[in-house]
Amino acid sequence: MTAWLAQHGRSFTATLAKLARTPLGAALNFLVIGIALSLPVGLYVVIDNLQASSNQLAAEPQVSAFMALDASRAEVAQIETRLKQNPRVRRFRFVPRDEALQELRRSSGLADVVDSLPQNPLPDAFIVNAKDGAPQALEALRDEIIQWPRVAHVQLDAAWARRLDAALRLGRLVAAVLGALLALALVAVTFNTIRLQVLTQREEIEVIKLIGATDAFIRRPFLYFGALQGGAGGVVAWLIVSGGVWLINHNLGELSHVYASLFQLKHLTLGASLGLLIFPAALGWFGAWLSVGRHLALIELGFDK
Amino acid sequence: MISFSHVSKRYPGGHQALKDVGFTIGAGELVFITGHSGAGKTTLLRLLAAIERPTSGSVIVNGQNISALRPRAVPFLRRKFGLVFQDHKLLFDRNVFDNVALPLQIAGYGAKDAARRVRAALDKVGLLAYEKALPVTLSGGEQQRLCIARAIVHRPAIMLADEPTGNLDAEYAAEIGELFRSFNQVGVTVVIATHDQTLLARLAPRVVTLKHGELAA
Repeated sequence: MTAWLAQHGRSFTATLAKLARTPLGAALNFLVIGIALSLPVGLYVVIDNLQASSNQLAAEPQVSAFMALDASRAEVAQIETRLKQNPRVRRFRFVPRDEALQELRRSSGLADVVDSLPQNPLPDAFIVNAKDGAPQALEALRDEIIQWPRVAHVQLDAAWARRLDAALRLGRLVAAVLGALLALALVAVTFNTIRLQVLTQREEIEVIKLIGATDAFIRRPFLYFGALQGGAGGVVAWLIVSGGVWLINHNLGELSHVYASLFQLKHLTLGASLGLLIFPAALGWFGAWLSVGRHLALIELGFDK
Repeated sequence: MISFSHVSKRYPGGHQALKDVGFTIGAGELVFITGHSGAGKTTLLRLLAAIERPTSGSVIVNGQNISALRPRAVPFLRRKFGLVFQDHKLLFDRNVFDNVALPLQIAGYGAKDAARRVRAALDKVGLLAYEKALPVTLSGGEQQRLCIARAIVHRPAIMLADEPTGNLDAEYAAEIGELFRSFNQVGVTVVIATHDQTLLARLAPRVVTLKHGELAA
């Protein structure tokens, strides 16, 4: 058992030493793998953040019903009764046009512009919360209200959030496809790196095979190399994504200051970070395993001079 | 210890390297396999080290039938041998010590025990002072002695050598011959494939002669 551990330790240090002998080449390989991995991971981080905020917005879907500008008090009251009686409505809020104008004056800082208007351009409005927040139910409610007399316009406030949600789902798919393709590329890159290593070390492999090395012993340093290279690429990808998140948050900080909102990109979770280390390492291991298995068989053994 | 019975080897393409070869080598024997080049000496060694399998017949080492060995068992068979090559097959990217330590690393010896054995082997072939040297800085004779140190470091019961003096001048060849004699004297079975007549005269071994793949009378 200790001998077995010692052999693994030796293989591992030998692999590190091999990397240290060609520091530039190793660093470039890590960088290439890291950049490739950072693309889908970065995309995933952005999508995940947008998803979180879109979920927040879409949590309380509302329907806004705007009356015609010249609707009378009685006509507005009639709509109010209809809403009260409608089983699909949970609650609603009436926003009179004067109140809406005051609100606009206060919140937008456009008091001068508002004051200079010859008349109030805003209609009376109802903000309706539906009992059922499902998209189909909301649409049905909209279609019903729009047919009521003197209702000029009905808007689904959650519509854009749902569109965003659909777009994000598409984005997720793109990230997944990109990730799968680049995972394949990582296996291919490792396969090729190891192929070259096996070919340049064919004499060494031949000798140790002749003096009784098992295939596992011969394979081990290459597998370590593949895993290490993949893992290092994962670390580089993590650094790139972290740097990107930091940079964006840094700039968002100034922006949120102006808009008095606090939107910050959330970083990769610990689990995702570990995954970003382990998954590429496993892929590197797999690529190396494929390559060594295939190329070891091609090495002819000695006593042949 | 080693026995060939009715061994034939035909390569794809029809070349018949060995034809119905049968002989036995006892433990502690010193045996030369001789014959013209292409007579099948190298093929015989390749069969012994399980690099190839015979087309028919059986090769038995220590009671183990090599011709029917599972691939997984082959490395462990090879650890019973000390192999000496005409072209040395040294690793030029590491020093003398590390070259000799290789079989011990493969077999999983601890570092301390391995270092002791490596120095003993180097001392035996007279290269103890070159421990840190790189193989390229050694002469042909020294490289062959290094190859021998690597072959004996794990104390194998059988040594197999292919033309060990092939590339050496007479003086070096004599040294190598003496080394093999000394191993044989402490009980190691030594099998040498060679056509070096001087070496043969010096060691006076038992001789197995091959002619066109068959045993010559």
